[in-house]
Amino acid sequence: MDKRKLEENFFIGMMIASTLLVLGGLMSVLIVVLLRGAPALSISMLTQTPKGGYYLGKEGGVLNAIVGSIYLACGATAIALVISLPTALYLSEHARKSKLGSFARQSLDVLWSVPSIIYGVFGFTIMVYLGMRASLLGGIVALALLELPIMTRVMDEVMKMVPSKTKEASYALGATKAETALNVICRQALPGIVMAVLLAFGRAIGDAASVLFTAGYTDYIPRSLFDPAASLPLAVFFQLGTPFPEVQQRAYASGFILLVIVLSLSVASRFLAKRSARYVIR
Amino acid sequence: MNTRRLKDLLASKLMFSTVILSMLIVFVMALALLQRSMLILRTQSLGELFLSSSWHPWQGEFGFYPFIVGTLWTTALAMVFSVPPSLLMSIYLSEYAPNKVRGIVKPMIDLLAGIPSVVFGLWGVLLVVPFIRDYVAVAAGVTTTGYAMITGAIVLSIMVSPIIISVSEEVIRTVPREAREASIALGATKWQTVKHVTMRSAFPGVVAAVILGFGRAFGETMAVLMVVGNVPQVPSSLFDPAYPLPALIANNYGEMMSIPLYDSALMLAALFLLLVVLLFSVAAAALLVGVKRRYAIG
Repeated sequence: MDKRKLEENFFIGMMIASTLLVLGGLMSVLIVVLLRGAPALSISMLTQTPKGGYYLGKEGGVLNAIVGSIYLACGATAIALVISLPTALYLSEHARKSKLGSFARQSLDVLWSVPSIIYGVFGFTIMVYLGMRASLLGGIVALALLELPIMTRVMDEVMKMVPSKTKEASYALGATKAETALNVICRQALPGIVMAVLLAFGRAIGDAASVLFTAGYTDYIPRSLFDPAASLPLAVFFQLGTPFPEVQQRAYASGFILLVIVLSLSVASRFLAKRSARYVIR
Repeated sequence: MNTRRLKDLLASKLMFSTVILSMLIVFVMALALLQRSMLILRTQSLGELFLSSSWHPWQGEFGFYPFIVGTLWTTALAMVFSVPPSLLMSIYLSEYAPNKVRGIVKPMIDLLAGIPSVVFGLWGVLLVVPFIRDYVAVAAGVTTTGYAMITGAIVLSIMVSPIIISVSEEVIRTVPREAREASIALGATKWQTVKHVTMRSAFPGVVAAVILGFGRAFGETMAVLMVVGNVPQVPSSLFDPAYPLPALIANNYGEMMSIPLYDSALMLAALFLLLVVLLFSVAAAALLVGVKRRYAIG
């Protein structure tokens, strides 16, 4: 066999090996966490808040963290959506190629790559400045900042795809820019908007470093925006850090719950995007 | 002016202000962190802070050197582990893989990219730590708890591979088909074409993908914090524990409000992280714009 063919075959072999290695590594994350988490899971993990002595191995569950995480992610997603939807509309409609547009996109991309710990530190700095303690509200704001660039940039990309003919048809009927944005672009880009929202939600619910200082941790379900709130990622982190095997088991179970939530969100986003594609004119 | 016009005007003003707001966040963040780190910058010089390895916060000595070295080593090592297989995989997906395989693998990579960092950390504690302690370290003839720099690097390398793969795969696919066909027509094999034509054209974009992965690894906090050992010393081997900057911030910030200088030192660490990531992200964007412009259709 000639040398060139040999080289080609060698590299194809390497490529397939690498693909298997990377996929195997990533799949092993799923498999290990699901397999070790499942046996540790129980009904009381899902339905109870920690009782006295929980962190020494006594009974209770992580309902506080589950509810806390859902509150945090929902609040953050709501705030981020309110800011990012108009931003994305503006970027794709008014500033498609302008200097402002490219600068805004660039700074959003930078924001996207900012480590989540920085959001936590920044959020906490602002909270100290305002005299607030670690609270649900603080966590929501930090996570909203984290979600903002993800949502805006994904929506922006999707809105760019809306064919200009569809928009022109709307303008030709006498609709203003705002009316077109609301009734045509939002409707046409709906599958992408749904994807963007769920993607950002999934990112927020799994993030630990940004809520570490801002939302704090508590054994109770928060009753107001100014109560501290627990979250699932931190439940994994803190319980894993205790020296008791029973409690570490619960960290595995919490990891299982978190992973299942994130994966089902991801699958749901694909499904919902498909369903909402019904309204799209092709 | 009629109400529809008025509504339109209001809507565009509102949209404009949200754009300005979201644009300013990065700058506000940097300024806030700078303002809070002024205290330590006034008392100590940057050289002293970054090059001294004496970390004794209670005596007012804040040498970041061990933490910076820890961050750089773990990140660099993670890139060494993850770049070659990720690049080979993205070449495979974009050039060789049958459509069926790509159709399955690509969504899987997207799905796996969304796994939260604590889950990676948990995986590290459950699988990688014992693996390093019981097999790798034994084979290398050293003893370690398994909570070591190499463990952090392995966890990070798996974590950042999806971003490197998806960005570089996308870039490789933008190389025009004509360029490949010209090379094939000259009698080059497929691999020669990949090596001399496709990858050469896609090179800046692939570099951008690697930079993005580096940036992600550099600032990653929880997954690393859980497996890397967190001992404030300059690591001297792969099996030594390290203490990267984000872990330092996560472990100490918030409780240290009572000591203004300590608080300020941690803010400086956060500012440093932010600036490095900012630099990387701008560099990656510039490279990607270059690639896209070169192959802009029309």
